[in-house]
Amino acid sequence: MNDSDIVKDFLIESYENLDRLDRDLVGLEKNPEDEQALAGVFRTIHTIKGTCGFLAFNKLEAVAHVGENLLTRLRDRQLVLTPEITTALLSMVDAVRQMLREIETTGQEGTRDDSILIATLTRLQQTPAAPKAVAAVPAPESAAEVAAPPTSMGDILMQQAGVTAAEVQLAAQKQEAGDPRRLGEILVEQGSVRPADVADALRTQQSSRVGSASASDSTIRVDVSLLDKLMNLVGELVLARNQVLQFANRMKDTSFLAASQRLNLITTELQAGVMKTRMQPIGNIWGQFPRTVRDVALGCGKKVAIEMEGKETELDKTIIEAIKDPLTHLVRNSVDHGIEQPEARVKAGKDSIGRLILRAFHEGGQVNIEISDDGAGLNAERIRKKAIERGVITADQGSRMTEREIFNLIFLPGFSTAEKVTNVSGRGVGMDVVKTNVEKIGGTVDVQSILGRGTTVRVKIPLTLAIIPALIVTCSGDRYAIPQVNLLELVRLKAEEVGKGIELVHGVPVYRLRGRLLPLVYLNRELKLANDAHPASQKDGAINIVVVHAEERPFGLVVDQINDTEEIVVKPLRKQLKTVKIFAGSSIMGDGKVALILDVLGLARFASVVTETKDRAMAEKAAGAAEAETGKQTFLLFAGPDDSRMAIPLSTLARLEEFPVTQVEMSGGQWVTQYRGQILPLIRLDVALEERSHQFKALQAPPARDSGPIQVLVLHHDGRSFGLVVERILDIVEDRADVRSATNRAAVLYSVVIGNRVTELLDIAAILRSADLGFTRLSPAMKSTEVPN
Amino acid sequence: MAQTSQFCTFYLDKLLFGVELKGVQEVIRSLDMTKVPLAPAVVSGLINLRGQIVTAVDLRRRLGLKPSPPGTLAMNVVVRSEDGSVSLLVDEIGDVVEVEQSTFEPPPETLQGPARAMILGVHKLQDRLLHVLDIEKACQMIDGAEAAAAGH
Repeated sequence: MNDSDIVKDFLIESYENLDRLDRDLVGLEKNPEDEQALAGVFRTIHTIKGTCGFLAFNKLEAVAHVGENLLTRLRDRQLVLTPEITTALLSMVDAVRQMLREIETTGQEGTRDDSILIATLTRLQQTPAAPKAVAAVPAPESAAEVAAPPTSMGDILMQQAGVTAAEVQLAAQKQEAGDPRRLGEILVEQGSVRPADVADALRTQQSSRVGSASASDSTIRVDVSLLDKLMNLVGELVLARNQVLQFANRMKDTSFLAASQRLNLITTELQAGVMKTRMQPIGNIWGQFPRTVRDVALGCGKKVAIEMEGKETELDKTIIEAIKDPLTHLVRNSVDHGIEQPEARVKAGKDSIGRLILRAFHEGGQVNIEISDDGAGLNAERIRKKAIERGVITADQGSRMTEREIFNLIFLPGFSTAEKVTNVSGRGVGMDVVKTNVEKIGGTVDVQSILGRGTTVRVKIPLTLAIIPALIVTCSGDRYAIPQVNLLELVRLKAEEVGKGIELVHGVPVYRLRGRLLPLVYLNRELKLANDAHPASQKDGAINIVVVHAEERPFGLVVDQINDTEEIVVKPLRKQLKTVKIFAGSSIMGDGKVALILDVLGLARFASVVTETKDRAMAEKAAGAAEAETGKQTFLLFAGPDDSRMAIPLSTLARLEEFPVTQVEMSGGQWVTQYRGQILPLIRLDVALEERSHQFKALQAPPARDSGPIQVLVLHHDGRSFGLVVERILDIVEDRADVRSATNRAAVLYSVVIGNRVTELLDIAAILRSADLGFTRLSPAMKSTEVPN
Repeated sequence: MAQTSQFCTFYLDKLLFGVELKGVQEVIRSLDMTKVPLAPAVVSGLINLRGQIVTAVDLRRRLGLKPSPPGTLAMNVVVRSEDGSVSLLVDEIGDVVEVEQSTFEPPPETLQGPARAMILGVHKLQDRLLHVLDIEKACQMIDGAEAAAAGH
């Protein structure tokens, strides 16, 4: 190992240590009596100082040295931790970190001047101790000498159970004299301690031992490129496995079948395992937030406690890196703008200490991250006024927008609701950047708020960027993948509809989609693959339109054929091919051939659907148009029993699916099917509409094996998915649905007139309740996410 | 002992070319290729090399030779370039030859055109000339003639 290797190791180790220091110091400030934390901080600084001396980084050593001195006085209880000391120590951590960066890039410590910091740290050392503050919790006699947490049974018992040193001594003497029993047992027998206390102490002893040993023993560092390579190979193995399995189906040899099945299982597990190696708990980036919150809160004179739930939620490494900055911004924002000053909080009847809650959890193949505060909340009126003032929306639009739409205006560029600009936030840059960055990785941001009660920002992001769901289409014989995040809907025009469906605006094709003109882009023409000028149509003359959106601007992509949705592994394109802006990457299909992934935004720019200069105006215009129609809602119509027409709002619909009956399985008297790696409960519409809900289960007989495929509406409700089995899907229409009347049918909200016909609007929540699916009752995640209204 | 070097040789339009053996990753038969629309014309497509997606370069086009007759299956010479692996499409694979430095001669001044930058020189073999290609240059996906033709 040469010098540079040693320095590299030192850097990696020190960065980790510094991150822990941030956490420990902030923790220590809240709980100054935590000797273990103090000892940990001391050890970390000591290690850094020692290594610096060894590697001759003198300036670094000097800074660490004064820090260590200060910590020694703290540890010895000659000083009490004050916010001033914490701040000084934190700035020392920052200084050390900066110097490490310098060393990393230049190999030198740099020329920064730390004399002020050193002077501050030295001055703080001299501040006379205030031992009175410590008196509240009398320190055990031995504490001053204990640098490391106590690990011997005697010490732990003395601290936790009030055993005197003399008693321990006596027991130890007995042991030395040949008593084979453990110290704890002897002490119990002596009557100096209760057995329960010994058990507690044992646990403490174990955890302190595990805590210090496991971190380094059970993990190793692996190069990310090696993991990527493994991932590639596993992907290839999966393909080879698929081929073997196909082959095996044609063979009669049972031992070969058994072997290929084993191969199948092992490959699946291997794939899952390798995927996992790239996953990291979100706690890795949350770790720095207590420090961020402390600094921001201190800066604006607020008191904020941070709570975290779901630290262990795992995300792909690349995503973790991509969301770090947006999350930091949101956290700062919450503290700076969300939470009020302590006096204002007390006046509003709240605890003077504000609460900031970070919560992460998996849901439907995505990760949800919520940042909630119990601060003042967003004032919809103020945002509305400001938006109109700034000309972001017209007064007319403003009056029609729902509260939620108004809240989401804060994500528009140049929009800030802060009364005064602070150095942290409020300058109108930020929230739009947050949104852009999150959307760049295929995520979404949403904000909910109750005035006076607090604000919750919810970020939804995919688990991984390496594997994305995509729609596979064919164009001129080659397959292309369209990322699902860009997808809005699919439209198929039959030959006889093509003529009147597609119109021309000065030669440019458009399609009337629910009354609005949708510009059409022919993929084969854009890719210069068309050998004839005619639109890509199938033999029967039908046209497939994939409705996608780029920068909020929807457009229709005409393709030869729509194949299926698939989870694809994204592989970046080579540098030279990156100049072709309409491809986002490539992927290997099930048959081993390569397919290109379309970059919808790039394609839109290429086809001039959005242009670089005009796209913002376009996006706003589109947003304005959408808002102007907020009175209307889009409904999915389907056939109900006895020739009735039923509808659900399209927004509740996740997907439309068709399953062969053979895929329907029974579970607890309930129809279920395997769908995208999950078990999807199926509810039959006719059964759900039966009023006697107690008979519900009895009615769920297994489907007749000989019947045709079933039509399923996959719905999301309260974060859970289920399938509603319907007879026939009719149409998607947009209507104001103003005329309504009550109905006596269970599971129906009311009757409305949609498209000039009476239609019953389904009550999804009621159906779920009466279906009594297991998850509606025992979902703790659901309960905790409910916002009290 | 005279300095020798090893070359992986191949044929393009009946000419013998060679790249340094240590820059060659592997040689494989023709693979299924996916076209890349709008890419420079020298890019024949993408191939799946055991899970690694590799760009295939039409070496005939790159060198300004006439295109191969339709229906011929090209061989892939996969080389390691600075930017990952690239597959060079060639007509036919030759032997691995070991040549002495003394037989090398730079290209004549009269050699012009896109090939000039890529051909380092020739080794005078007994019966013919071995054109030595610069791997990095061969893997570049644009050249003057090409860029003009593609128009972007």
